[in-house]
Amino acid sequence: MSTVALGMALNIAIVAVSLALLPCGWRLIFGPHSVDRVLAIDTLYINAVALIVLLGIRLGTPMLFEAALLVAMLGFASTVAMARYLTRGDVIE
Amino acid sequence: MTGMTLISMGEWLAAALLLVAAAFLLVGAIGLIRLPDFYMRLHGPTKASTLGIGSVLLASMILSATHGRAGFAELLITLFVFLTAPVSANMMAQAALHLRLPGRAMPPEDAVPERRKNSKPSDV
Repeated sequence: MSTVALGMALNIAIVAVSLALLPCGWRLIFGPHSVDRVLAIDTLYINAVALIVLLGIRLGTPMLFEAALLVAMLGFASTVAMARYLTRGDVIE
Repeated sequence: MTGMTLISMGEWLAAALLLVAAAFLLVGAIGLIRLPDFYMRLHGPTKASTLGIGSVLLASMILSATHGRAGFAELLITLFVFLTAPVSANMMAQAALHLRLPGRAMPPEDAVPERRKNSKPSDV
């Protein structure tokens, strides 16, 4: 019973997070300003981390969690680099 | 009624957390597309996504604990996301203030440093 409920909740969560990727993509393409696009990338990688973790639960492989950690670290680095570039004009002075 | 075992209780809890996380992530993404200007849009995804991803990772930790495995990677991701999400939101807000993006409520004059006051709003 609880396993069936968990499977249903997993399916609903995977569909919802996949749907949450669409507004981020819309904002990434049509965002009126470049900072909007950076924000869209930030939200996009957070949702991608959630999706990878959900897939790891679904497939039962703990190997995917390290991939999620890597995506989180690289996403943070890219967001900071883009924000620094928009603020200062270059990334490393 | 045979009574709930610990494992089935953990699975119920994880299912509830997954539903909460899905709702928060979806609402954050809808806020990204629906709110009118950048300073408002900054609020939706950063907070909602932090709570959503926290719930996903908590559910994953509970599930791996019911299978007798400690979830160190999940704990690391949680710590990392909770530490870095406010930092990146702050840096994006700084970039928006520097580019003087139009907002519904403009920042007070003394929030902008002196040397940037005369610069025109850029159109990057």
